[in-house]
Amino acid sequence: MPRFSSSILATFVNKKTSYHLWLAAVACQLCSFAAPLSASAHGFAGDRFFPATITTDDPFAASEMSLPTVTAIRTPGPPPVKDVDVSADLSVLILPNTALTLSDGYQIQKTVDQRALTGFDNAALNLLYEFYENDKHEAITSVGFTWEIGGTGRQSVGADSFSRFTPISYFGKGFGDLPDQLWLLRPFAVTGELGLTIPSRADNRSLSLNPVTGQKEVTVSPNPDNLEWGFALEYSLIYLQEHVKDIGLKAPFNRLIPLVEFSMQSPVNRGGGVTTGTINPGIIWSGQYFQFGIEALIPVNSHTGHNVGVVAQMHFYLDDIFPRLFRKPLFGG
Amino acid sequence: MQAWFRSFFAAIGLMVTAQGTWAHAFLDHAEPRVGSEVHGSPPAVNIWFTEKLEGALCKLQVFDESGKEIDKRDQAVDSGNGALLRVSLPPLKPGKYKVVWRAVSVDTHVTNGDFRFEVLP
Repeated sequence: MPRFSSSILATFVNKKTSYHLWLAAVACQLCSFAAPLSASAHGFAGDRFFPATITTDDPFAASEMSLPTVTAIRTPGPPPVKDVDVSADLSVLILPNTALTLSDGYQIQKTVDQRALTGFDNAALNLLYEFYENDKHEAITSVGFTWEIGGTGRQSVGADSFSRFTPISYFGKGFGDLPDQLWLLRPFAVTGELGLTIPSRADNRSLSLNPVTGQKEVTVSPNPDNLEWGFALEYSLIYLQEHVKDIGLKAPFNRLIPLVEFSMQSPVNRGGGVTTGTINPGIIWSGQYFQFGIEALIPVNSHTGHNVGVVAQMHFYLDDIFPRLFRKPLFGG
Repeated sequence: MQAWFRSFFAAIGLMVTAQGTWAHAFLDHAEPRVGSEVHGSPPAVNIWFTEKLEGALCKLQVFDESGKEIDKRDQAVDSGNGALLRVSLPPLKPGKYKVVWRAVSVDTHVTNGDFRFEVLP
C-alpha cells in the first residue's frame, strides 16, 4: 500500500470529527449486516505474506490504515532543523485489485532558539492497480499514480503551492521457490517501487530587492523532475517458521520480519543535484489484525544529512478487522 | 487532539466488538515439525492453526519424493479443537516428504502453504 509523508485523517480533524466517527461506526455496523463475505487477502502472493513496508511502497491493493506514522530526523542547516512528522494514510479497495489511498501529515519543525513551525503537509491521493500475481513464484506487480495536491498544506513547513504527479510501478517477489539446498534463503523477499515525480510548476520565482543596486531581481529556483525509487529487503521469520523450518521461535519472535528499506530520490533535470535518500534497517512485527514497525533512517550522503533519524508506524489490516465492510471492493466485488 | 484519538480508537473498538473479528489461519505449529527430521514413521500429520477452520474447505496432503500422494486421504478438523487439521499416514519408509495444506478459516479467509519433513531410519 502506498504511503506518504503525510496523512488524510489528520486533515479533517475538527470539533465535529469525534461525532462523525461515531456516526461512521454506526454506519459501518449497519453495512456489516448486509455485506456478504469474499475471500480476497491483503499482502499475500501464494504462501508469502508481505508486510506493509514503512518508508517505501508495497505493491498490494488492500484496505489498510497506517495510524500513526511518526518520523523524527534532524535535517541539515544552516540552521539544522529537528523535523517531526506525524502522518497517517487510509487505503480502501474500491475496485477489484484497485485501491485508493488518501494521506496527509502534520509537521513540527524546531530550530534552535526559535519557536517551532507547525502545519499540515500537502494531502495526497494514490490509485494503485495490481495487474499481475504469480502465487507459485510469490510474485506481484502493480502500477499506480500519485497526486500530491498542491496548496493543501502549510507553506511555512515546506508544503508547496503546486501539485506533483507521480506515475509509479511496484513489484514484490518472495524467494520461497528457491531449491531445497538453499532453504535458509527462502524466507527472503523483496518489494520495490520506481516512479517519476513531475511538478506542475517547473520553477518558483520570487522578487527581491538588491541592496547594492537598489533594483528588483527575480530569483528562480527550479523544481526538477525526480526519479523516486526504493526497495525493501525482508527476511520473514513467519515464513521460516511456517514453511521452511520450525526453529522453535515463540511469540512474539515468530511474527517478526527484519528488513532494510532503501528510499531514494534522484533529480533528473533542471540542475536538481545529486541523489538523496536514506537506508532504513528495522523490524516489523505482524499480528492477525495489525502490525508495528520501527526503522532507523540513515542518510546515504551528506546532501541528505548527517544525523540518524527514526520512523515508527502502527498499521491496521482493515480487511481483517472489519471483514464485512472492507474485504469486498466498494464497486464490482 | 487527544479527545479525537480517544474517540477514534473507541469507535474502532465498538465496531470490532460489535461485528467480531476474523482473520487468516496461519500455521502455528505442526507435528512432525516444519523442516524436521524424525526417527520412525509418524502416524499422522497434525497442523495447529491460529484460527478455527472450515473443515469442508480445507486440504491436507502428504507427498513422497516422487510426487505421489501417500496419506490416507482422511483429513479432518479435530472434533475437540477446531484449529487442528490432521491426516493419517501409512507406515513411511525413510525419505523426504512434502506436506501441502490449504486452510480456510471460519470467515472464509484462505491461506496456503507447504513444508517438508524427513523420516530417518
